[in-house]
Amino acid sequence: MKKQIDPDEFTCPLPITKHDRIQLVHGSGGQMSNDLISKLFVWAFANDELNKQDDNAILQIDCKKLSFSTDSYVVDPIFFPGGDIGDLAVNGTVNDVAMAGAIPLYLSCGFIIEEGFLLENLKKIVISMKLAASSSGVKIVTGDTKVVNKGKGDKIFINTSGIGMIKHDYKIGADCLMPDDLIIVSGTIADHGICILSKREGLSFQSPIKSDTAPVHELVQIALKVGGSSIHAFRDPTRGGVAATLNEFAQSSNVGIRIKEEFLPVSQPVRGACEILGLDPLYIANEGKMIVVVKADRAIEVLEALRLHPLGKDAVIIGDVVDEKTKLVQLITTLGTSRIVDMPVGEQLPRIC
Amino acid sequence: MKYLDEFRDPYIAKKIVDEIHAVTTKDWVIMEICGGQTHSILKNGIDQLIPKSIELVHGPGCPVCVTPLEKIDKALAIASRDDVIFTSFGDMLRVPGSKKDLFMVKSEGGDVRFVYSPLDALQIAKDNPMKKVVFFAVGFETTAPLTAMAAWQAKVQGIDNFSLLVSHVLVPPAMIALLNSPNNRVNGYLAAGHVCTVMGLDEYYPLAAKFKLPIVATGFEPVDILEGILMVVRQLEEGRHEVENQYARVVNRDGNSSAIDIINKVFEISDQKWRGIGLIPESGMILRDEMAVYDAEKIFDVENLKVDEPKECISGIILQGLKKPHECNAFGKKCTPKNPLGATMVSSEGACAAYYAYNRQENLK
Repeated sequence: MKKQIDPDEFTCPLPITKHDRIQLVHGSGGQMSNDLISKLFVWAFANDELNKQDDNAILQIDCKKLSFSTDSYVVDPIFFPGGDIGDLAVNGTVNDVAMAGAIPLYLSCGFIIEEGFLLENLKKIVISMKLAASSSGVKIVTGDTKVVNKGKGDKIFINTSGIGMIKHDYKIGADCLMPDDLIIVSGTIADHGICILSKREGLSFQSPIKSDTAPVHELVQIALKVGGSSIHAFRDPTRGGVAATLNEFAQSSNVGIRIKEEFLPVSQPVRGACEILGLDPLYIANEGKMIVVVKADRAIEVLEALRLHPLGKDAVIIGDVVDEKTKLVQLITTLGTSRIVDMPVGEQLPRIC
Repeated sequence: MKYLDEFRDPYIAKKIVDEIHAVTTKDWVIMEICGGQTHSILKNGIDQLIPKSIELVHGPGCPVCVTPLEKIDKALAIASRDDVIFTSFGDMLRVPGSKKDLFMVKSEGGDVRFVYSPLDALQIAKDNPMKKVVFFAVGFETTAPLTAMAAWQAKVQGIDNFSLLVSHVLVPPAMIALLNSPNNRVNGYLAAGHVCTVMGLDEYYPLAAKFKLPIVATGFEPVDILEGILMVVRQLEEGRHEVENQYARVVNRDGNSSAIDIINKVFEISDQKWRGIGLIPESGMILRDEMAVYDAEKIFDVENLKVDEPKECISGIILQGLKKPHECNAFGKKCTPKNPLGATMVSSEGACAAYYAYNRQENLK
């Protein structure tokens, strides 16, 4: 009989499983973030709304159903091709609110500004917030401003919270996927993350890569109108990218997911940048994209309707839901082989060679 | 995308796969040396396409995996200092030393940064004249010229706040060590394409002749790897043992003479410990005496820091191609990328991490 190796007898380098300090990876949107959230925050604050761990909480107040969400924006650089921290802060929260199928209505904003920050830059940021809010049809109705000592913050951080009205009665959420559902992504993936990374690392490409920051609430409403009760989930695949979102779907709904490599929409410049940097676009953040899971019977209608909207013109079906309790996301490669698309552990790190 | 799409083309791949099936009549064990190739094999499911009688085993070519624990502890000691900016390639930062990894040092206040090139680290040294900037230089012959160029530029430009913690290793001595092992099962090698780009092919002729096995310099895209496998299998089936070049678009027999020159100016060959394998004679590179002022081990006085390598865990056996990751009892259960028990699970180029990331369902059955 083959000798089994007993892990307890391992004398390998000690695994680092416990941290006594917060590491950057705790904020990366991958497994380590999830562990921190569920083992500390959800443990401490536990309630029915929070326990679902969606990007938004659904609140039932009298006969009204509201979607409520919050997010903090710490992006560096604060100005980047395609946007800045201001419109990102508005669009990001509008999208989180909208993913419950809600119409976003009101936002709050909190500024944490480092002493010495140029007023001119603050004005630019505020104007882009104003424009982003008006194009999403939301009002910024309350706010807060704090200034911290020079060196105690990194230029500017913005928190926004938002609420929106849910007018549908469908059951929509990460735990509502059914076998044979189809998965639509609303456009090219990885644009925002690669834009920020290229700007941060001073990489320039022949065609500049722009962030995709945009509000996708109109796409949500289009999908709902056309798909009705056939819509099973919405999610904006931000940190951790499409891979993290699909893994969360598979886990929550207790299903498998299959996507096809040849269907993944990646623009040529982003693909080139990913090849150079050794990164997988499936794990890179998006800020103006939506994944919608639709029962097969209405998927084509939903897809066609999304494509009529400028933000959905590149929408495609990338895969389907399968009746497998493995809760794994699998990718069928262009060679016809398959591989697992795992939940990211932390940030992708550039490889040595 | 030119130079990529044609090497991922499903029709070309299928043609080569069919040919591999047609020429294979016996059982063969083929080892790919480089972690980048291991990653590509698992990512593209190459192992799912080839005949069952061909076994791919994964070699020691993952620089992160073979960097000795002692060197990582030295890195942690240096990176913890207030006067230091410590730099390295991204995936070195997560490799555990005896107690910590570089990310933890960073969270405790250490200035740890990842860079894409040692020359970026040199630029950081220029921009921060009051700090001592250290680059943790790991990798095979592929990254050694970059490290050498950074040291050389530091010398030429008179930058004296820059130094190197060097853990560069060489491929051919490791191949010899594996072939000399009584447990050796390997019938043919896919040589690491990018190492060959730098060093050329000359080192492999005596190896192929002495050990009577085919060696094919191979690239990293699916079509490259399949073609490399086909070339090895053809030789095996025909009873040949030659050095061939699948990756001719970037590899020539003489290698890159400028890169070899700069390596020789800065480094000399030395014995080197490999994590999980042990000491391999003349398998590493250290700074020459005249470059010693750039040696971080001397500058920060960590030369005498000694750490006993832990009793070998299965990662050493995996790095020698004797076992597959899923043959380990801990694989995917106690040992995952988030909770690695060995270095082969830490680096994305490590065989265990590649198996886990791309293929664990099959292997956990």
